[in-house]
Amino acid sequence: MTYLAKPKLLRPDTPKNALGYTKRDYEGAISTLCAGCGHDSISASVVQACFDLDIEPHRVAKLSGIGCSSKTPDYFLGNSHGFNTTHGRMPSVLTGAAMANRDLLYLGVSGDGDSASIGIGQFAHAMRRGVNMVYIVENNGVYGLTKGQFSATADKGSKSKRGVVNNDSPIDLVALALQLGATYVARSFSGDKEQLIPLIKGAMRHRGPALIDVISPCVTFNNHAGSTKSYDYVREHNEAINRLDVILPKDKITATYAPGELRRVVQHDGSVLCLRKLGEDYDPSDRVGAMNYLQERHALGEIVTGLIYVDSTGEELHRYLNTVETPLNQLGVAELCPGSEALEALNESLRRG
Amino acid sequence: MSTVQPLQKSNDFVIKFANINGTGSASANELFARAVMGMGVPVAPRNIFPSNIQGLPTWYEMRVSGEGWLGRKGGCDLMVAMNPQTWDRDVAELSPGGYLFYDSTKMLPRSRFRDDITVLGLPLTEICTREYTDPRQRQLMKNILYVGALTALLDMDFAVVEGLISHQFRGKEKLIASNIQALKLGYDEARAHLPCPIGLRVERSDGVGNRIFSNGNDACGLGAVYGGATVVGWYPITPSTSVIEAFISYCRKFRTDPDNGMGRYAIVQAEDELAAIGMVIGASWNGARAFTATSGPGISLMQEFFGLAYFAEVPAVVVNVQRGGPSTGMPTRTQQSDLIACAYASHGDTKHILLFPEDPYECFTLTAQAFDLAERLQTPVFVMSDLDIGMNEVLCKPFDWDDSRQYDRGKVMSAADLDSGKNFGRYLDVDGDGIPYRTIPGTHPTKGAFFSRGTTRNAYAKYSEAGTDYVYNMERLRRKFVTARKLVPAPVSQKASQPTRYGAIYYGSTSPAMAEAFAMLEKQGVHVDLMRVRAFPFADEVMDFIADHDYVFVVEQNESAQLRTMIINEGDIDPKRLIRVLHYDGTPITAGFIAGRITDIVKQNNVTPLRQQVAS
Repeated sequence: MTYLAKPKLLRPDTPKNALGYTKRDYEGAISTLCAGCGHDSISASVVQACFDLDIEPHRVAKLSGIGCSSKTPDYFLGNSHGFNTTHGRMPSVLTGAAMANRDLLYLGVSGDGDSASIGIGQFAHAMRRGVNMVYIVENNGVYGLTKGQFSATADKGSKSKRGVVNNDSPIDLVALALQLGATYVARSFSGDKEQLIPLIKGAMRHRGPALIDVISPCVTFNNHAGSTKSYDYVREHNEAINRLDVILPKDKITATYAPGELRRVVQHDGSVLCLRKLGEDYDPSDRVGAMNYLQERHALGEIVTGLIYVDSTGEELHRYLNTVETPLNQLGVAELCPGSEALEALNESLRRG
Repeated sequence: MSTVQPLQKSNDFVIKFANINGTGSASANELFARAVMGMGVPVAPRNIFPSNIQGLPTWYEMRVSGEGWLGRKGGCDLMVAMNPQTWDRDVAELSPGGYLFYDSTKMLPRSRFRDDITVLGLPLTEICTREYTDPRQRQLMKNILYVGALTALLDMDFAVVEGLISHQFRGKEKLIASNIQALKLGYDEARAHLPCPIGLRVERSDGVGNRIFSNGNDACGLGAVYGGATVVGWYPITPSTSVIEAFISYCRKFRTDPDNGMGRYAIVQAEDELAAIGMVIGASWNGARAFTATSGPGISLMQEFFGLAYFAEVPAVVVNVQRGGPSTGMPTRTQQSDLIACAYASHGDTKHILLFPEDPYECFTLTAQAFDLAERLQTPVFVMSDLDIGMNEVLCKPFDWDDSRQYDRGKVMSAADLDSGKNFGRYLDVDGDGIPYRTIPGTHPTKGAFFSRGTTRNAYAKYSEAGTDYVYNMERLRRKFVTARKLVPAPVSQKASQPTRYGAIYYGSTSPAMAEAFAMLEKQGVHVDLMRVRAFPFADEVMDFIADHDYVFVVEQNESAQLRTMIINEGDIDPKRLIRVLHYDGTPITAGFIAGRITDIVKQNNVTPLRQQVAS
């Protein structure tokens, strides 16, 4: 943890994005997490993604549950409203917020305890409802704030810092999200920002529920030999299936790729997900194939990362509910209240029966 | 062979229909209630139903009261015994001199009847079997048949019932014809074979006036539409489900864009009550008006979130249609037993706003007002209805709405406010009322954002565990509740005809029984001033009322005297001065019970003066 405040003065040549904001405008309070915590890299990646995408900070609402991961929204996007809710219940609060105003970008930040243990119900239901959100799980397999208990994503047979072996089967949130209808599903590693930042950008430009499960080692309680969520273990077993570039409509495509090695997915808003394949052929538009692939690789002890599944034709909650385009929180008495005349007609019908 | 003179009563008796759940009797019974009202005579019907879909006993108790008393009366003057399962207890329940109407298709031994009642048998099943071939129609028309028979027995105007059927099935001519035919058949059979009319009569009157016949759940749903609710997260639970069903249907009617069919509302049926209240809190935090409806078990599940909304100061409206607790309790019976669970919901030092509607009219107005209060005070507000007023049709004042009324969105800073340089501290008390300003997400690119949390923070919403910051915040919250006392609906009082040292405090659905008890007591020369509490925190008038009386009866429908506890707790009142009058068997409280209890205690007090014992 660092106590050094960042200098407020900026060099005149500090880069600005199309809105005239510097990266500093997307930062938040100083992190109080442990030095080297994977979560801080994720926060930095969120900052970079928002900067790159020219997102107005106040158009983002960041919501979280309880735990180390859920503290992080305080450490990025200081000009965005944030809501640190209760343990495991962020998805419902985010759902309600999204119902109230369909125009903001909803960023849910959670951890493995928050989403896979106490909050697995709300996680599952938010995914299956098609809430338009970016849901980042900062997954370290362990409870940090209460000092090192296993969470529900800890692998069977992995060892805690005190040497206790976990006998419970792990919950794979990526597999769950695939099964429950999420339309953008990725896994990444906090130690690989090159991979993570584009995945966040793609999710932010996606319509519908987007999950990014980020393995994010806990340097204090889960970074030892015998852990399957340590920096070393994840580096050794990381099987990246693709590399993503997010091309916005305004961007010029400069890179050139050999034929056959690139897959392009156009999203609702015109952004293009350019997926460079890294290994054998992998089709991220095949939900069932993705589920099989994950299981096969998991059995081999590999951690599949990259954009695992994307459906750019998916819908989201407001389409299902058929709500008006104007955000509901902007409607006033004129649009909402039927008035006295309608009430009198109703009274009349209640007199007659 | 009646040994007792048959009852002779006009416009003042109780009819009870004993039916089987799922046989379509409920709509026939309601039709009959509306027919009595159509004669200008006030009725108070109550559905007594099991937690079951089909096959179990259900009763529909209907009080006919020309004087307009709408509380439950108890007793039964005419039993419409349509359920063989409950025959014996139904027959036993009849008052001496009462009337028993039944389906005489199957012969019953004399031992199954009573000597002190008038028995009125019509072979309803036989008639239906003769007239109809479809089994469902045989079932449904049997109900209409007895409505027809009752019309004749009680000397009612056939045209009134006929008109109601025509209105109910308007547009479906075939149904109108068949139902009226069944009605006529029942009417004629009764006239031909039974001593019509009997001693109980419905006589034309003008006691209904312009009142409406509605139920509290429907009214709460409507109140939420008028109050500007746009977001609902909910989970089905008896007896609150129909609040949301009503909201959905009124939204479809009033909030659908005629051009494209899109709705100015968003409703999600959540996976549980935790998610339901979470959605409400998320939407309210984001500047929409949102609510949920639930009952006891849901309230228990929502506790943690109530604490968050209280401490992070997020508005929320919860309609709690109370049922019998604890645990699953009596899901289809009424109680007022969630007061403490709601008033002090969640861990730590919390306090919440409660509103107590007395009938559907107030369910409408208080639900609409709840949204103003929740946003003005930035805190959860509970509309404390109950099954009795929520799920029964109640005669009440027509709903009204002032078209000049604007929604009170409370203290919200706009982008212009922020640009003008106003000091924004999310938890800063700028004007001493304890209520801070808030901003809605998305307001301004660089100003006014804050991080909401359930943890302690300073006045600028920065995380802080400093004792001084914590105390500042808690004291401000206390000031906010002092402010709330003046904003919530004021209590309603009524003086006895003579000065008295006795008062009675009551609330919610106890209202009609209390009004009738007041009249009974006055007649007996027992004088008690009344105060109907309409909200928590208590207005100053409540404590003044207690100060003005030596003894105050606190009339409640729960076992542990919850309102009394709250009054003692909030007002430092000597418990000896607050006398419990408690009814909690799951049936609605009656005037007879209240008046009886009060009379007993007043008499006792007159014999042994306790006044000296009372701290002055």
